[in-house]
Parts: sequence; structure tokens; C-alpha cells
Amino acid sequence: MHRMGCLATLLLAGAACFAFSAPQALQRGEDLFTTDNPVGRYGGSLVVAQRSEPKTLNPVTAADAPSREVIGRLTADLIHINRASQQTEPALAKSWTMSKDGRQFTVKLRHGLRFSDGSAFDAEDVLFSFKVYLDEKVHSPQRDLLIVGGKPIEVQKVDPYTVRFTLGQPYAAAERIFDGLAMMPRHLVEKAYTEDKFPQVWTLTTTPSEIAGMGPFRLKEYVPGQKLVLERNPYYWKIDTSKNRLPYLDELVFLFVGNEDAQTIRFQAGDTDIISRFSAENYALLSKAASSRGTALIDLGPSLEYNFLVFNLNDLSSKNLGKIAAKQAWFQDLKFRLAVSSAIDREGIVKLVYAGRGAPLWGNVSPSNKFWVDQALPHPPRSLDKARELLKSAGFSWRNDGRLLDRQGQAVEFSILASSSNAQRSKMATIIQDDLSQLGMDVHVVPLEFRALVDRVFQTYDYEASIMGLGGGDADPNPEMNVWLSNGGTHLWHLGETKPATDWEGQIDQLMQKQLVELKYKERKHLYDQVQEIIAANVPYVFIATPNILVGAKKKIGNFKPAILDPNTLWNVEQLYFLPGSPP
Amino acid sequence: MKAQPRILVAVVLLVTLHLAILLAGLVAPADPLAQNRDFPFAPPTRLHFVDLRGHLHLRPFVYPWTPRPETFNEYEESRDREYPVQFFVPGAAYRIAGLVPSHIHLLGVQAPAQIFLLGTDNYGRDQFSRILYGGQISVAAGILATLISLSLGTLIGCISGFYGRWVDESAMRLVELFLVLPWLYVLLGVRAFLPLHLSSVQTFLLLIAVIGTIGWARPARLIRGIVLSAKNQSYVTASRGFGASNAYLMRRHVLPQTYGVLWTQAALLVPQYVLAEVTLSFFGLGLSEPTPSWGGLLSTLQQYNVLVSYWWMFAPAVALAVVSLGYLNIANAFHDRLQSVSG
Repeated sequence: MHRMGCLATLLLAGAACFAFSAPQALQRGEDLFTTDNPVGRYGGSLVVAQRSEPKTLNPVTAADAPSREVIGRLTADLIHINRASQQTEPALAKSWTMSKDGRQFTVKLRHGLRFSDGSAFDAEDVLFSFKVYLDEKVHSPQRDLLIVGGKPIEVQKVDPYTVRFTLGQPYAAAERIFDGLAMMPRHLVEKAYTEDKFPQVWTLTTTPSEIAGMGPFRLKEYVPGQKLVLERNPYYWKIDTSKNRLPYLDELVFLFVGNEDAQTIRFQAGDTDIISRFSAENYALLSKAASSRGTALIDLGPSLEYNFLVFNLNDLSSKNLGKIAAKQAWFQDLKFRLAVSSAIDREGIVKLVYAGRGAPLWGNVSPSNKFWVDQALPHPPRSLDKARELLKSAGFSWRNDGRLLDRQGQAVEFSILASSSNAQRSKMATIIQDDLSQLGMDVHVVPLEFRALVDRVFQTYDYEASIMGLGGGDADPNPEMNVWLSNGGTHLWHLGETKPATDWEGQIDQLMQKQLVELKYKERKHLYDQVQEIIAANVPYVFIATPNILVGAKKKIGNFKPAILDPNTLWNVEQLYFLPGSPP
Repeated sequence: MKAQPRILVAVVLLVTLHLAILLAGLVAPADPLAQNRDFPFAPPTRLHFVDLRGHLHLRPFVYPWTPRPETFNEYEESRDREYPVQFFVPGAAYRIAGLVPSHIHLLGVQAPAQIFLLGTDNYGRDQFSRILYGGQISVAAGILATLISLSLGTLIGCISGFYGRWVDESAMRLVELFLVLPWLYVLLGVRAFLPLHLSSVQTFLLLIAVIGTIGWARPARLIRGIVLSAKNQSYVTASRGFGASNAYLMRRHVLPQTYGVLWTQAALLVPQYVLAEVTLSFFGLGLSEPTPSWGGLLSTLQQYNVLVSYWWMFAPAVALAVVSLGYLNIANAFHDRLQSVSG
């Protein structure tokens, strides 16, 4: 009996050794990144829930959020935006310098780093990665970022650990471009690339040994419909102050849990360790018994996302949408849009839609974006009187029963599309409908499946108004270029403008282009403030509100430092660990 | 005989409910669309008879809710002042049964207090008023759709049974097709094809038309059976021998035979169609916000936090259960009577 017990213990110990990849001992000549977090301890498997399965594990072609969330843990970039400080920090690059004209970027790579399969990382991999990102045939969603001043970024190898990037024109915050551009192992995927099969590499069914990255974890197992298991990358390039190689966790498990409510229940039941992106109602529900369950819930304050009402101002002359075109006379009237903006009860929306955990918005920059928000932007309070005055001065009048009529005596009536899968935007629509009915407008809310809605807004223009949300990625203004340039792909109110349709859109174009090449923060801020003011004065979007970022985690997780930038909770996953005294 | 009191209860309940729904404007204390943004998910207002000093009041009174500071949708009674419940008070304007304008409400309390007999929803709208107004949609949908189904069913059933042969054959194959249709999925599919931007009246009528036309098959088959047996009765043959026309035979001898079955079917179909409307609205395919309907009211329960936190949001389900059980009891009674007459 006794011997059997011994044997079992031995077997178990052996199994434990084989089950997890132990961190490699530090090698001489490795340029490692030392984190400043409190020292943790090894072990444990962290479980988080994901709304849907990733579509691919290919960092170059992935476009959907679930894929990017997983890929972000498997790979690393040259220069990284620290989610807590919102500033850039060296990652695979040890340092970088910029030439005086702001067009040349010289990046020094860390020495002695290895991919998660143990093979070495050097400038050849960087060159290869950028070649793939820039290849039009690969259709990488990040390719646009790498076209500066109309020209693709040029990449040159200076020596095995130095790479030089040449930009078509000076580019503000150029180092932020590198964030999220995963470095690919040339030895594993070059063959597929030369055979034009690159978009097909690294799917969910690829054997884990054929996938290697520079991230804190590597793929261990994928169970379709259930979960994706990552294990420690034993060669990871970060260490803590006690020279322990990170990550501390043995495993990171993504459970596929269909919707937010199910995620709430799983977290409540203790099946998952961390929860993020959930509503204030569920937050309230979870906080009720949070301390007895050993969980902590954190409200991080307003996110960077902005939700808004947009009116269809597209050129409909080539479309057979006469009814909508007739209503555009109202939507194009600045006073009409201002009246709508003035009638919307933003405080009420924050209260009812976000249960108070959100912030009203009058511009596109969230109050939590401290570096860029224009503090001088006016926040006019809700006023139905002011709205009525504006409408009156624009030639609108009221029928005896209170219905609003335009100059031609037409009753003002339109519909607002809202994504049916987004309960919060549907609620906003219902409140706005009630607010506008007090001005005598007859507004219908049309809940629509998200893809159908996107199709109408982006392709067919068959809508009158819609509630949408944008932003939430980076704090910098550059990702917003697409939204505000008159020819931008997300210039939702009027897509496909060949030249600015209005003077103010022309001004925004100029200011946005100027800030793009301006290298001094103060000057850029001044330019972007002007953009925010023009937008607020002309209300192409009626800004509504932004939700707070709410997260929750078991208290036994150490170094948990959620941030308002994506990924809110897992950005420092390599530093997370299970506190002593808790079963891992 | 034993069934008698049960039927009585069912009839009384149904009549009360239908009257309340028909006179929703009068019975409801509030405008079903009025949002009280300071009172989302307020629980039902409590009716008190004894005040803080221990005095008994014959007329019930309420204390208004005030949000408890620093909490999420939690309320406490502010007991500074009692607001006695008053009857026939003036309030929001409405039309009795959609016709006569009025602004008198059966009961209410003096402003600024409000009475939420069944609490409020996410937007602070009075749930009790919304259930009554929602009933107008849901129950009317049930009754109107039943009328459509039975008219179609009777028409096709009569023709099929009376003329027989290939008419009968083809009609009955069509019936079988409709009987095997998974109606819920058909409804979902059909609704998805309809244009999205419709006024609530249009949506309502379409909904009724769709529900009604899908359900004609079963009554058609039953009616056909009766017609088939009736037309071969000796008195019908005799009547025909005396030169009666088809129309006369149908009106005088055949149709009266179907009445019993028709009434039973009606009592069975109404709750089924109310449920169909509720199902469609629950899935967001019925009337859209802010128009109340029972399915729409219940659809808030799809949110987990509502499901576990606010019991009064289940109230429309209770109304639905009362309607269904009431009608089914009556259907039972009709059925029993039919059995005893024919048996």
C-alpha cells in the first residue's frame, strides 16, 4: 500500500512537470525587460470568459475582438503602449531613436530573445513581419496604419539587431503605430507566405507546435465550442525584480461563454477568475455578495468609447431613397441637430442606461482621456425651451395637438436604428424617442440585428438616424483620422465625400492632417482642441454618453491592475499570480 | 355539475380582466408611456392602513418612494406625509376604449406622490398601467387572429366537406401541410421578411394577419368533418329532394351543426394566439418600444439582473396565465356540453 502511494505521488509529480512548461533559467546575453511589479509566485491556471470563439490565431489577418484578445497574449510587438500609463514603452525593441526631420526611426532589438518554440528572434523576423503586414495580397487590417503620407513605411536591416524604418512624412506619435503589430517567426510561416497561403496559416486547428510567438503564453489546446488553453511561454523576455522569468501563471484558459449574462453567472459561480465588459446592472448584482464570495469589483471610470446619434446626411441622389432624401432637409439644418442635442436628457441616459456608471458626452473625446480632452468644450444642460426656440427660428411650427411641422407643413417623423444585440443602445433609443416626442417629433425605434444595421449605415444608406458607438481603442487622436477626415471610412454621417461637403468639414480635414505631422504634443493638442470645438459646434454626431469600464476579479489574484484601454484586465497577464494561501 | 363553480370563477375572472383591459385608461392610474426617470425599477407602492402614530385609517394611504442614496435602484418610503388613495381623480388624458376622451382615473394619489401598484420598469413607467394597455394589444391580437383563423377555417372546411372529391382532396392536403408546419419558426421567418419601418398600428395588423392565417388548418379540418357527416343526414337529403339550393342547405342545415365546434375552437385558439403574440414580441419581432404588449413587457426578463432582482416584472406572466386558464376552462365547458348533447 505504502509503496503504491509513493509511486502515485511520484507519478503525480512527474505529471506536473510534464503538464506545464517550466520557465527557462536566465541565459547570459539575454536583454530582458524587468517589470516593476511586486514579486509574485509561480503556478495556477487563470480562467477568463470570452463572448465568442476567436476566428483565427493569425495576428496579421485577425480583425475580430475575440481573436485579437487571444493573439495579444501569444505575441509581442516592438514598441508597446503601457495600458496603465497610456505611454509607449520598449518591448522587443530595447530602444529607438528618431531622426531630426521625424521621418527616420531606428530601432535596436533586444539580444538573445527566443520565440515560444525556442528559436532565436532577430532583425530578419522583423523584416519578414513587416513585409507580410504591408503585402496587399494578405489584406491585413493594420496595413492602413503603415501607410504614412501615402507611402508604405520602408524597413531596412542595419545589423542583426538594428532595424531602420523610413516614413513618407513626419508622423506624430509614430512609435504608437508599432503597438499591436505582432512579430512573426519567419522560420515557421515563410514557406506558406511564399506559396501565397499566408492568410490560411495559424487557424484554430493548427497544431500548437506550429504556432510560436513572443508573447507570455503559447497555445496548448483548443476544444471547439468550449475553451482555448494557453500555457506559459518558457522563453518569455520579461523578468521581475527578483529575476524570476514571467509569466507566473502556468496556464491561461479562455472559456467560451455566449453572452454577458452567462458570463456574469459563471463569474458568480466562481468558474471564471476575471470578468470584464459587463453592464452596470450586472455590476450591481455582483457587488451585492462580492466580499463574501471573495471577489472585488472595480469601476475604472469612463471608457474612451463614445455613443452618438447620427443622422443620414449621405448623398442619396444616386439611390432610390426619395422618402429619406426628403427628410434630409431637416437633418441638414444645423438648428435641427442642435435642437435634438439640446432635448436629449444625457444625465437621464447615464442614470437609466448605465445605472449611473457612465458619463454624459458633448464631444468625441471622453473625459477620462486626460491628454486629449478639450476642457474648454461647453456642456450645455438639457433645455427643451432652447430646443423649441432653435426649431422655431429654423421655421418649424407646432400643430394644435403638439406635433412638430416643418416649413412645408410636413409632420416631423423619423426612425432611429439601434442594434438589437446591444441592450444599452436600444435603451438609449427609447429614452431619446421620449425626449424628442416632447418636442413634437414622432420618432420610431427600429431594433435591428447588428450586421443588418452596419450594412444600412455603411452600404445602402437606407436609414434616417442611427445610434452607434465608436472609439475605445487608443487614447491618441490618430486612430480617429478615419472618422473625421471627409474621405474617411468611418465618416458615418456622410460617407464617400470626394471633397469636403461643408466648410467646417474642410477645416477639420486641414486640422487633422496638420496634427498628424506635428511632433510637439502641445501644438497637436491645440489643433485637436480646435477639431473638437468644430465638431461640437456643428453636431454631425449628437454625442450621448460613454459607459464606465467595469471589471471584477477574485481577490486572490495578485498584481491585478485593470486599465481603461483594451484589453482592460489582461494587459499585464504576465504579472498576474495567485496570492499565497489560495489554492492555485 | 362539479365543473360549474370552476366555470363561474373563470368567467368572472375573464370578464373582469377584459373589462379592465378595455377600460385601461380609466383603471390605469398613469400614462403607460410616461417615464419617471428618477424611479427605475421601483417596487410596488405599499398600501398602508396604519400610520406612524398607530392610528388606523379606513382609507388606505401610501408613502412615496425615494431613492436610497448611494445605492442602485433601491428605494425607501419617505414617511414625512401620508397620501391617501383617492378615487376618480383627474390625471393624464386618454380615450375610453379608444373613443371617448377623458382624464378621470379610477384611483390615484395627490402629486407629487405616485402610486405604482405593480412597481415600475427600467424607465420608471408604471407597470400596472402598462399591463392593462399591453393587454389591449395582446388580447385583441388573440381575439382578432382567432376570428381570421375561424373564418378561413369555416370557409375552406365547408367548401371542402360540401363539394368533396378533388376540392376536398386538395384542400385537405393543404391542411396537412399547414398542420405540420413548425408555426413558431414560420412566424419568426415571416416577421423577419416584413418591412422593418412600420408604424405600431401596421405592425399590429400584420402580426394579427400572420398569426391568424397560419392557424386556419385545424378548424378547417374539424368543420369539414362535421359538414361531411351533416350533408349525408337523411333530413338534408330530404330537403335537397324538395329542391333546396346548396346555399340554403348550407345555411339552414349544415352550418348550425358546426357552432358547437366553432365556440370550442375559439376558446382554445384565443389563448394560443395571445401566447403567439407574446412569443413574437418577446423575441423583439412584435411591437417595438414604447408601445406596451405583454410579450414586450416580459422581454425585459431576458436580462439576468432583471430576472433575479425585480419580481414584479413577472406580473404580465400572471395576467397571461389568468387569460389562458380562463379560456381553456371555458373551452372545456363547451367541449363537455358538446359531448353531452351529441352523446
